Amino acid sequence: MPQEQTEEYLEAIYDIAGTEGKAKTTEIAKRLHNAPASVTEVLQRMDRDGLVKYEPYQGASLTKKGENIVTRIKRKHRLLEVFLDKVLHLPKNHIHRQACKMEHVITDETEQALCKTLGVPTECPHGSPIPPCNIDVKNCSECIAKDISDQEKRKQKIVSITTLKPGEKGKIVFIRGGRNVVQRLCDLGLTNGTSVSLIRGAPLKGPIEVCVRGCKIVIGRGIAEKIFIHLEEN
Amino acid sequence: MEKPDLTIALAGNANVGKSVIFNQLTGLGQIIGNWPGKTVEKAEGILVHHNKRIKVIDLPGIYSLSTYSQEELVSREYIALGHPDVVVNVVDATALERNLFFTLQLIEMQTPLVLAVNLIDIAKKKGTNINYHLLSDILGIPVVQTIATKGIGVHEIVDESLKIANQKMTIKKPSIRYGPEIEKRIEKLEEALKQTDVGYPIRWAAIKLLEEDIEITKIVEKKASDVVNLARTFSQEIEQIHKEPCATVISSERYATAAKIVEEVETHEQPTKPSMGERLDAVSMHGVGGYLLMFAIMLSILMFISFFGGWVAGELQGLFESFNPNATGFWADLAWNGGVVGFYATLSVALGFILPFYLILGFLEDSGYLPKIAYLMDRPCHAIGLHGKACMPFLVAFGCNVPACVGCRIMETKRDRFIAIFLSTLVPCSARTAVILGLVGAFVGVQWAIMLYVIDFLLILVIGKILNRYLPGMSVGIIMEMPPYRTPSAKVIIKQAWNRFKPFVITAIPLIVGGSIVIEALRITNVLSVISDAMSPVTVAWLGLPAFTGFLFIFGILRKEAALVLLATAAGTTDFRSILSPVQMIVFALVIMIYVPCIATIAALIRETGWKNAFLISITEIGLAIFIGGIALRILSLFM
Repeated sequence: MPQEQTEEYLEAIYDIAGTEGKAKTTEIAKRLHNAPASVTEVLQRMDRDGLVKYEPYQGASLTKKGENIVTRIKRKHRLLEVFLDKVLHLPKNHIHRQACKMEHVITDETEQALCKTLGVPTECPHGSPIPPCNIDVKNCSECIAKDISDQEKRKQKIVSITTLKPGEKGKIVFIRGGRNVVQRLCDLGLTNGTSVSLIRGAPLKGPIEVCVRGCKIVIGRGIAEKIFIHLEEN
Repeated sequence: MEKPDLTIALAGNANVGKSVIFNQLTGLGQIIGNWPGKTVEKAEGILVHHNKRIKVIDLPGIYSLSTYSQEELVSREYIALGHPDVVVNVVDATALERNLFFTLQLIEMQTPLVLAVNLIDIAKKKGTNINYHLLSDILGIPVVQTIATKGIGVHEIVDESLKIANQKMTIKKPSIRYGPEIEKRIEKLEEALKQTDVGYPIRWAAIKLLEEDIEITKIVEKKASDVVNLARTFSQEIEQIHKEPCATVISSERYATAAKIVEEVETHEQPTKPSMGERLDAVSMHGVGGYLLMFAIMLSILMFISFFGGWVAGELQGLFESFNPNATGFWADLAWNGGVVGFYATLSVALGFILPFYLILGFLEDSGYLPKIAYLMDRPCHAIGLHGKACMPFLVAFGCNVPACVGCRIMETKRDRFIAIFLSTLVPCSARTAVILGLVGAFVGVQWAIMLYVIDFLLILVIGKILNRYLPGMSVGIIMEMPPYRTPSAKVIIKQAWNRFKPFVITAIPLIVGGSIVIEALRITNVLSVISDAMSPVTVAWLGLPAFTGFLFIFGILRKEAALVLLATAAGTTDFRSILSPVQMIVFALVIMIYVPCIATIAALIRETGWKNAFLISITEIGLAIFIGGIALRILSLFM
């Protein structure tokens, strides 16, 4: 069974009955525009997977596992609604349907980034609360602080292009230097995020030859030392 | 001259074949070569196509409208202010992404544009297929496929240009959309600029203001200084958002667009395996082998020309002397010693030294070896306060100092340019090579000739070090595109050598032959001795040379090879052993090598650096030549 369908079912149960109550098969069928017979079949399977507790003629209720998944989805859904509203300025009556589609495909990383970029919103544009995240932090400011230390960890992997061995590759993270020199490098295709590989270096701290965007460019050692890259593992 | 019906300008990155297309269109002999920075001045030619007179302009290579070195400024100014009817943007099919970066800027500027995708044969060989129709659709401009070296597609360029010029109305071209944070600010600037006429498309001017472009800022500042302030605030805001200068943010977005276009139009057939060029690179740019190869090449060129030139001189002398009537008397002396000896001495200099040198230089240029030398020599060049790019004009200087002085425009700062120009006048040109090899190489020994070169290089090193020490500022360092090796074309090399050789034949031969007749007349009438005696404190007392050489030094200012020819006239033969001892030959060649550059070079110096600097350089070199010559005499006399 596709993950998206499972998530849709969990959401329907949550919307109808909350975390405690039972949702009737017919109600779920109506909400998802499905035949009651096929709904029953899906619920039975989800029961076997431990996501819901299904009792014939009574309906389905969420297990702890199911509840966890559904709050996560709701969180993504409502964050996306905020994003569609506040950043993209879509009409309010369109954003729910769009968010319903997007919520199934975004990763946890995107969810986290959305939360931070949007300034840790607490409710969706329709006024529903956004469930808190499940990251192991005490509060939101700690989460933001944690991200900074993560970036610092990442920075340690950033090296000057001159430290590469011939044949090694990396992505440009930033370039230091005078305005004209940085601009010239940029004009020759060495923009941030561009992949570069070292072809060779001249002896005794001579210039290096790099390959960028299919072109070969010779760069003096003094300038090249200020080009910082993120080393790519093969 | 009749006004042309249409002006088209060839513009694009360095080394994509603009000059080749120019030569094909106009039939002119613009110097071409496989190295970036060879065209530093714009060239003009006329082409008649379907009864229309079309002016074609060849511009120096340019990577971006935010210019970096002086030759790029020439291009930018012409494109922006010269108002050509059509700009033909020549691009390299093997490096489309980087080339389109510039194309996008031209489109943004709303220049009437034709795209000429050159080197399509090499791209095909590399397994790159380009969908030209799609490229034309995306960019909204006509696209022509060319193989310039074979003349393929060259006339289609003109056809398309005529079409574009006749359209007159501006085609709606999709310009790049930047990120919302930039677009919003461009819009606001456009709004603010509406009232003022800046002479450029408003959107382009707005973008350039955000990039803090110096020229545009200057223009707008005069008319609407508040807009400049607004733009400054905006670009600071963008810098805050992206944590990098606004100009580089905009460049990055342009590159992203170029990359997207390339992804759409290009398909690759096979993963590129190391080609012949890569293997040659591995050898010629090797940390040890590359240097050995370079020295071997230089040395063998010197050895070859030395022997070849000596052989030609001997053969020619033998040939002409077999007709010597051995008559005496004023007119016979004047005709034979002045005219005939002068003529064959000039001929042997021309055919034995200068022409072969130009052929070899042409081969090196056309193959793409010059930039490899720039790479290898970058580190050593730091010692003289320059970077590797300076080696390219230096190598040109071995042929002739004049184009070398002009070629120093590829150096980015004024300081670098001055040092490079000064030092390139010390590089022994083909005329001085003729003197060194024809005199010392032929009659004293090749090892002594090579020693003269070594002394010259040491002198360049010392002067470079001094200039580096006392001129404020420091070199920015090399950033240079490395073109791939290409198989040199014999036709191009011969044509090129002839183009460089022609002025020599036209001006030098009459000048030198005429000069040698004059000097013979002066010698016979004893006027020569009056002039020479006046200079004897230097020539005889300090340099230990025969008195008549004083006149040669003066005449040598006109053309350096003349000094050798006139020496032959004075001796009445090209066998110089009869008038100079080995030590005198070395000293004579040494002084000729260093002292004041020839008149054409002085003119180039004035043009490139101004009167004051040209005078300074010339005086310094005369002083050095006399000083070093005298020292050399005293040292050499100890053991020769």
